[in-house]
Amino acid sequence: MDATDISRALTRITHEILERNRDAEGVVILGIPTRGVELAERIAAKMAEVEGTTIVPGALDVTMYRDDLRLKAPRALEATNVPEDIDGRVVVLVDDVLMSGRTIRAALDALSDLGRPKAVQLAVLVDRGHRELPIRADFVGKNLPTSLAEKVRVRLSGTDGSDDSVSIEGSGA
Amino acid sequence: MSTVIKGARILGGEATDLLIEDGVIMQIGADLTGDETVDATGLIALPGLVDLHTHLREPGREDAETVLTGTQAAARGGFTCVFAMANTEPVADTAGVVEQVWRLGREHGYADVQPIGAVTVGLAGERLAELGAMADSAAQVRVFSDDGKCVSDAVLMRRALEYVKAFDGVIAQHAQEPRLTEGAQMNEGPLSGELGLTGWPAVAEEAIIARDVLLAEHVGSRLHVCHLSTRGSVEIVRWAKSRGIDVTAEVTPHHLLLDDELVRSYDPIYKVNPPLRSKDDVLAVREGLADGTIDIVATDHAPHPMEDKECEWQAAAFGMIGLETALSIVQQTMVDTGALTWERVAEVMSANPARIGRATTHGRPLAVGEPAHVVLYDPTAKRTIEPADTASLSRNTPYAGRELPGRVVATFLAGKPTVLEGKLQ
Amino acid sequence: MKHLLSAGDLSRDEAVLILDTAEQLLSVAQRPIKKLPTLRGRTIVNLFFEDSTRTRISFEAAAKRLSADVINFSAKGSSVSKGESLKDTALTLQAMGADAVVIRHHASGAPHRLATSEWTKGAVVNAGDGTHEHPTQALLDAFTMRSRLGDLAGKNVTIVGDVLHSRVARSNALLLDTLGANVTLVAPPTLLPVGVETWPVETSYDLDASLEKADAVMMLRVQRERMNASFFPSAREYSRRYGLDVARMNRLPDHAIVLHPGPMNRGMEINADVADSDRSVIVEQVTNGVAVRMAVLYLLLGGATEGETA
Repeated sequence: MDATDISRALTRITHEILERNRDAEGVVILGIPTRGVELAERIAAKMAEVEGTTIVPGALDVTMYRDDLRLKAPRALEATNVPEDIDGRVVVLVDDVLMSGRTIRAALDALSDLGRPKAVQLAVLVDRGHRELPIRADFVGKNLPTSLAEKVRVRLSGTDGSDDSVSIEGSGA
Repeated sequence: MSTVIKGARILGGEATDLLIEDGVIMQIGADLTGDETVDATGLIALPGLVDLHTHLREPGREDAETVLTGTQAAARGGFTCVFAMANTEPVADTAGVVEQVWRLGREHGYADVQPIGAVTVGLAGERLAELGAMADSAAQVRVFSDDGKCVSDAVLMRRALEYVKAFDGVIAQHAQEPRLTEGAQMNEGPLSGELGLTGWPAVAEEAIIARDVLLAEHVGSRLHVCHLSTRGSVEIVRWAKSRGIDVTAEVTPHHLLLDDELVRSYDPIYKVNPPLRSKDDVLAVREGLADGTIDIVATDHAPHPMEDKECEWQAAAFGMIGLETALSIVQQTMVDTGALTWERVAEVMSANPARIGRATTHGRPLAVGEPAHVVLYDPTAKRTIEPADTASLSRNTPYAGRELPGRVVATFLAGKPTVLEGKLQ
Repeated sequence: MKHLLSAGDLSRDEAVLILDTAEQLLSVAQRPIKKLPTLRGRTIVNLFFEDSTRTRISFEAAAKRLSADVINFSAKGSSVSKGESLKDTALTLQAMGADAVVIRHHASGAPHRLATSEWTKGAVVNAGDGTHEHPTQALLDAFTMRSRLGDLAGKNVTIVGDVLHSRVARSNALLLDTLGANVTLVAPPTLLPVGVETWPVETSYDLDASLEKADAVMMLRVQRERMNASFFPSAREYSRRYGLDVARMNRLPDHAIVLHPGPMNRGMEINADVADSDRSVIVEQVTNGVAVRMAVLYLLLGGATEGETA
């Protein structure tokens, strides 16, 4: 995917979110660091454009809720910044790549410690399959079937300082 | 029965044979024969070493050391005579205690034990012990010391110095100004500040030595300074000797080798009194020993049970064992560096300590007609120190895992081997 | 990072990582559920050989907010007061499966000894040892200063009082230097350690001289007993020369803050009006203490530890 593909996908996701929830009222957009935060910002901006209102996206770091902490050296924490009370709101989680579903599981746990949303929805730029938990995305930019040996690399201008792109790397075989 | 030591290099000189009979060196020369032969090819022969500063712990702390195990360790280190410090329980402040220690040494036969008498009753620093009674006892005590504690009262020190002149005694002072060292844990310097351990300042040692040499001069007495450890102390003793004051001084092997950087580990195996000093102090005591300012090397062998070392620094006991490593450390720090010849080693580890302590049959030259106290030493050997490999009951050696040069192959006490092939007999 | 024994062991990156992590964890205290599941199943022992209720409860709160199991082991009235050695206590804790030992001890170097011995395999956190160090206190002080003053590089911090006996001063001097601050230690000459000139700090005997340029002033607790050991002639004279009163506080720049590691001797090293003023961040220090200790425990125990596949 190049920058145009990504932009188009995010526009479509934005419309789908609005369509599903009728409008932006009562929707809280939370990006999962690192790249989910930038994607959330872009979706919020597009949404604001459509709706003609300001929408402040937030960030939800899930590190402390991960189930694989003991497999690696401790990681630095990213910012958690929830712009408003989430009780009774619809939270849309935004991440770049959905694979095993474990990050989203951690995010759901993190959310439940912050409050009780009316509903939680998930938007991802890429769904590459290989789920290990019963989790699915509500809004998908692109389904990208991959093998486990491959890596999906997402680059975003704000985070990575390069042109937006999604590529598959290192099939190994 | 006679023994011939074949091919030994006396004081590191040419190889020769020594014939020993009835505890005396009968002949020195080529191609000697006797009932038994000990091959000493390549080994250095030194007169039996004399340690003026040993803690044997008996009576009272037989869990740490006994006269038997301490003298066995001495024999393995090449010593034929050890001076046993007075800080036992009960304190060696009466004729009864010193005679007991002296007899135990004779009975075991691994080294002659020359007890040191306490200067003050119970080492309390308040009134003189019966110094004359100890001098007149079978043990014939000539060295008196409150070691572990300083005779800090100037009047008491003066009286002690004066009093022992009557029987040619000497006061061996543990120089430590008590008020300046309350709660002291390590050498005071940048490192003590950094580690948060209470400092033991050099001035606390130097101030007492300065006072004592002036007292000794004033009353015309003999003074011996135990385990001197700082550059300032060396300079004061050098000055005192230049004035003709009758002072002698000792340094321990550990102060010749180790410095206070080791305390960084907070491992109490390095906790000792006086404390390990700076690198500069180590150089200064080596210089002092080399130029004769310091007269002797003495071990301050201080055994402690493991539980007194396997704890936090502050709670740990002061002291290190050292009888079995002393000669190796002197070789490494003084001989291998060119600062001392083997001839001088014989002076600082045998002749001088024997003379200071008036151990008349020890510290004699290896010559015909002299007592056969001999140590055979292989300076080319290398060994890695293993704490369990000791005759001492204690394991508190600071040299664990270090490779040290040299090995005592045999020790003869009055012609009788106490160690052969490196093994106790 | 396997242990936290000395503030001097921390590199700049490690120190900043702890502070940044603490910043994220600070918000946990404001949430309805003040708990994170991160250290579920880990056991942390608070091994306190010396009474210190504030430090112990701060560590306890930190551990519990991370869902660790906490065992409080106070030496008073326990086997330790009956002569059990540090070694045997440590072996007992090891047998109980302690993943970390937070140790407060009256002997300098005791945490170091615990960490380098074979007695325990867990992480060791120094919660104050003798007159040596108190690294988490220095971290929380740095955290507090950073949140008020911004990046500490180039900031002037004046630490006043009994530096000789203060583990807080040692840890702060080392950490603040690592973070690029300029530290001035102010004390009567009797209360500065021999060799302080080798520390990465300036020293002064005159409090008034260093006030005008100070961004932060940290007042150390001075024990009245020191007076009897001739470190200074009287409490009154000490307080006159080295105490922080309103007149001195008013000479500080407007943005400058006042810290105290507690417990305070009001009227001795710090005047009550100063302690309760707007510049005083003493209460903030306590709040920040929990977040900083959470960060330390997370970074020591949150990832793979020894024996677990990394």
